[in-house]
Amino acid sequence: MSCLSVNNLCCIKRDRVLFERLSFTVETGDIMHIQGPNGAGKTSLLRILVGLAEPDSGEVLWQQQNIRQVMQGYSSQLVYCGHKYAVNQSLTAAENLLYWCRMQNVSANTDVYPVLDEIGLVGLEHLPAGQLSAGQQRRIALARLWLKPARLWVLDEPFTALDSYAIDLLSRKMEQHLAGQGMLLLTSHQSLALDHPVRTLELEYRL
Amino acid sequence: MRGSLQALLTRELALAFRQKGELLQPLVFFVLVISLFPLGVGPGPQMLQKIGPGVIWVAVLLASLLGMERLFRDDFNDGWLEQMMLSPVPLTLVVLIKVLSHWLTCVLPLLLISPLLAVFLNLTLDMYQALLITLLLGTPLLSLVGATGVALTTGLQRGGVLLSLLLLPLFIPLLIFATSAVDAAALQLSYNGQLAIIGALLLLALALTPFATAYALRVIQS
Repeated sequence: MSCLSVNNLCCIKRDRVLFERLSFTVETGDIMHIQGPNGAGKTSLLRILVGLAEPDSGEVLWQQQNIRQVMQGYSSQLVYCGHKYAVNQSLTAAENLLYWCRMQNVSANTDVYPVLDEIGLVGLEHLPAGQLSAGQQRRIALARLWLKPARLWVLDEPFTALDSYAIDLLSRKMEQHLAGQGMLLLTSHQSLALDHPVRTLELEYRL
Repeated sequence: MRGSLQALLTRELALAFRQKGELLQPLVFFVLVISLFPLGVGPGPQMLQKIGPGVIWVAVLLASLLGMERLFRDDFNDGWLEQMMLSPVPLTLVVLIKVLSHWLTCVLPLLLISPLLAVFLNLTLDMYQALLITLLLGTPLLSLVGATGVALTTGLQRGGVLLSLLLLPLFIPLLIFATSAVDAAALQLSYNGQLAIIGALLLLALALTPFATAYALRVIQS
């Protein structure tokens, strides 16, 4: 059963066509690796897919319905990690995650500490996030993947700033997600080391 | 939904108290501006009483603009705004929560210190009462309309000056009716009419601006 499908998508930015007539479907257990040079429109595509931006034409369907109409149901099935971390510099790692969980209606008694432990932030959970390194802040952002049970993950360059240990940890988590009938769309300039067939979508830089 | 809204509000308040410097700025600015007036126009009690209501209202306007600028700034820069848009909470309610927290953290302290400033400026009890009622009705209007302006200028670099240029003219009617209510109170006249107009403006803003602000936020996101 196709879960996320994209029909005839077109995006134009500053009079430049980033992509047009783009159609694909993502089914359960699929991973789609979106590749392309800088400026090819990878981030724009992801933002359209999660509903943060409007396509110039075409539509994005979630279970055969336009995401505009089912935004609430769609966003409850979705975790989006953009290239901005959404980590407040004055709040601690634990607070950042707790407020996010409560906003997302993830069950109220979620315990964030085991997750912080797993992603290697133990001992740092009471420091303001602004005092942590870029990689550590990225880990806080990615901890959301552990906290919210969602079927679709949309990740924009998830591996930037991570060390090799964290990259490995995230890759294992992705495999686990895909094995559990999850779907994953990501952009990355690194090659993926996953035990799972990876579909790629190549966006080219157009003038 | 209720839990989500509560979480958003506690987050806003926690952040405001974490950044105490920014919390105190509008308050100190407000007190300073008002204490400059007796120095500038002379300490004659009649003179101060005459200009007092207007001075307090203008100072409230400027002080609330000062805190307004950061309403969506951090959330926009660090990406939290995106996450809020992808949460089950409708963006209009997010906006209302933001406005409420701005009012609680930036404007309410000004109202709390206003009795002291009323004494500074030699306002009578009747005048102060009228002033307080106009402030209670008028300042939420400032926050609501201000939020729309902030949402429009958040994506810009150095939007602060533009924000003042955009918003201050919009607040002229509010200023006129509020000070006219206090003038009426000084003459022992009824000022229900002015209050009714400010109340109507407030209700209109409450009904419309959250949608405008939410729309503006969507526009700066895409």
